[in-house]
Amino acid sequence: MLAYIVRRLLATIPVMGVVAVFVFSLLYLTPGDPAVVIAGDFATAEDIARIRERLGLNEPFLVRFGTWLWAVLRGDLGVSIFTNLPVTTLIGQRVEPTVALTICTMLVSVALAVPLGVIAAWRAGTLIDRVVMAFAVLGFSVPVFVLAYVLIFVFSLELELLPVQGYTSIREGFWPFLERMILPSLALGITFMALIARITRASMLEVLSQDYIRTAQAKGLDTGQVLVGHALKNAAVPIITIIGIGVALVIGGVVVTETVFAIPGMGRLVVDAILRRDYPVIQGIILIFSAVYVLINLLVDISYTFLDPRIRY
Amino acid sequence: MLFSMLKASARVALVAGFAAGALVPSDGVAQSASNTLKFIPQADLRVLDPIWTTGYITRNHGYMVYDTLFAVDADFNIRPQMVDTWTVSDDKLTYTFTLRDGLKFHDGQLVRSVDCIASIQRWGKRDTFGQSAMQAVAAMEAVDDKTFKIVLKQPFPLLIEALAKPSSNVPFIMPERHAKTDAFEQIKEVIGSGPFKFVASEWVPGNKVVYVKNTDYVPRNEPPSWGAGGKVAKVDRIEWIYIPDSATAAAALSAGEVDWWEQPPGDLLPILERDPNIKVENIDPLGSIGVIRFNHLQPPFNNPKMRQALLHVVNQQDYLLAIAGSEKNGKTCYSFFTCGTPMASEAGSEVMKGPRSFEKAKELIKEAGYNGEKIVVLSATDQPIVHSQALLTTDLLRQLGLNVELAASDWGTLLNRRAVKEPVDKGGWSIFHTWWVGTDLANPAVNAPLRGNGAAGWFGWSTDAKLEELRNAWYAAPDADAQKKIAIEMQQRGWEVVPFIPTAQFILPTAFRTNITGVIVAPVTFMWNVEKK
Repeated sequence: MLAYIVRRLLATIPVMGVVAVFVFSLLYLTPGDPAVVIAGDFATAEDIARIRERLGLNEPFLVRFGTWLWAVLRGDLGVSIFTNLPVTTLIGQRVEPTVALTICTMLVSVALAVPLGVIAAWRAGTLIDRVVMAFAVLGFSVPVFVLAYVLIFVFSLELELLPVQGYTSIREGFWPFLERMILPSLALGITFMALIARITRASMLEVLSQDYIRTAQAKGLDTGQVLVGHALKNAAVPIITIIGIGVALVIGGVVVTETVFAIPGMGRLVVDAILRRDYPVIQGIILIFSAVYVLINLLVDISYTFLDPRIRY
Repeated sequence: MLFSMLKASARVALVAGFAAGALVPSDGVAQSASNTLKFIPQADLRVLDPIWTTGYITRNHGYMVYDTLFAVDADFNIRPQMVDTWTVSDDKLTYTFTLRDGLKFHDGQLVRSVDCIASIQRWGKRDTFGQSAMQAVAAMEAVDDKTFKIVLKQPFPLLIEALAKPSSNVPFIMPERHAKTDAFEQIKEVIGSGPFKFVASEWVPGNKVVYVKNTDYVPRNEPPSWGAGGKVAKVDRIEWIYIPDSATAAAALSAGEVDWWEQPPGDLLPILERDPNIKVENIDPLGSIGVIRFNHLQPPFNNPKMRQALLHVVNQQDYLLAIAGSEKNGKTCYSFFTCGTPMASEAGSEVMKGPRSFEKAKELIKEAGYNGEKIVVLSATDQPIVHSQALLTTDLLRQLGLNVELAASDWGTLLNRRAVKEPVDKGGWSIFHTWWVGTDLANPAVNAPLRGNGAAGWFGWSTDAKLEELRNAWYAAPDADAQKKIAIEMQQRGWEVVPFIPTAQFILPTAFRTNITGVIVAPVTFMWNVEKK
């Protein structure tokens, strides 16, 4: 197992190398000039030319790529063209809200979706099953921003229970942190809840038809033990896979939620950077996201061996 | 009814929760109770150097932390701000300025003459008015720490007006060590001498900017008037909270999580106006001017007759409604200079004021020899003011039977394409739209789109020697009457060569909670004098 983990970690190096080349090339080829955006609405061509010169944008591709790569290897992701702050500082400011939102969303999703999926499978074909699946279809169909506005209207404006927007670090208190996480986590989580509930149901249905389940029931085990102890454990591999994919999707898809709830996370940082052609920030974030995706995949693969002893690497 | 019952139940539950000690009030609630003003700015503050960029949000940040030597008041008079007294020699070539007592930077250092000189020099490298002023300057020298001189090569009657320039780039005074930074490179630290201090450690680009009251600031005794007069900070802390989604911003203002929203979009104003806890007011007496800008280098708008043709069909009422949503949020303005300012006039504007005539426009197009060349209208869908104008203009051009393509993109892409001077089939363009705040089109010194300096000028690159000649004459004009006469000539010339078309003078109202008082009516959002009760 250890050898496998080391092999997988080593394999991330060429992957990240390819990502680095791809990211840099893509931005190099994409139309757009940060100097024009920096110079602003009232700039002249001379102003733009001077800014281009200062930013080194006139250098050849290989020179720029080499300079950037050497800096990245030394842990220097560069400086934002606009804010003049190091990219690592900008990312550092934004990591916590995104990680917090991702964790809360996945906790909400998994905590509600797995039991719902199990119950739907257990009562397959009944009204309960139909209600759960109808909820799943609805949850998956309603856009996140619509759900977000509805939640804000009900819980913030009408009931005056929770704040509309913003983020407070957990270091400033658990409740201040939590009260600003509830609505965004629900808005984002319902989509994934629906996805996970459907997969759980499908996986459980397959397992529940197996002989050993019937044997367990024949032994006189109660329903809870059969469902959780025997069926769910064996149905877990596809569920874990979809949760892993869900984490990746949440990280990549938080931008709408972050925008609606004014949460200063990574999603908004990358979209703002793209709109402004802030190349160092875009490159830094994509590199970090890629690394996170690779690690999540690794963790999911490793978790399989704990859930299903038949799987060996 | 259902919500009322739920609300009551929810409050009981929340109170019970507090009573049980399970919950503690949030940071946001605690800070609202203190003397902290929470403000949603018009845009995200990303650049901190108000000389490096012309962005209005950075200009507003500049006014928070920096001070100016002079300032314009609500009657368009120039008044001293950091300057205590100043004299002009009889030959009009030497200006001597003495600074007020008690001026200190936020790091505790006194403001000295050398700081002012270095700041003026750096500003003069970036700002167009500053560049014109610097061409007349022979030398600037410090007499002592509080007194400095500007010696001119030839008289430049507008020197004090230049130093009082109210909008981007504003000649803010910075410490000499910062002002010596290359004008095309950003300063690394924000140290001003203005009424508020920037808190660098709490700045989160894209989210929050924090200022605290500068307790060392010595305001002038006069009442505040635009950027002039006493800048008295009446709140201890100001937080600019950037909320990109306008529906969320409206909800946050309604819920009392923020106190003031600088520029709500027109479609949300009726909702805000219905809220008894919110005031919607126009605090900008000049508003902003919408602009249709042509590419003067490429066909078909390199032909003045094609540009003139549009004057016969553009209806400012339509543009006003499209931009501002309601006629009460603006007015027509048939002037190349901002209506309501001293240089404005409607001389020669009959072509735009008269009945709209597609026949006349088509005649001019025929005379221009238009041969079906493709016209590319740039638009940015993420900028409603730009996009609404682009849609209207595209429709007008189609009604005139022209071959039009609407190139819609994001603002960043538009800015890139706008810089291309090539023909449309090589990535160029024919028309784009934007808007300028009223102060930036108020006179020939600041009105960039009315210039005729070709490739060296603003995007669109209009060339007209007469406009440049008149502009230079305006600089040398001895008094306001002479200036006005020249401005009228420029206006009339403008209708002939049509460097741009003003589409409407519109207002972007502001919205704040009723416990906020003292908001200054001015073309820039100033935050001194504002109180939170």
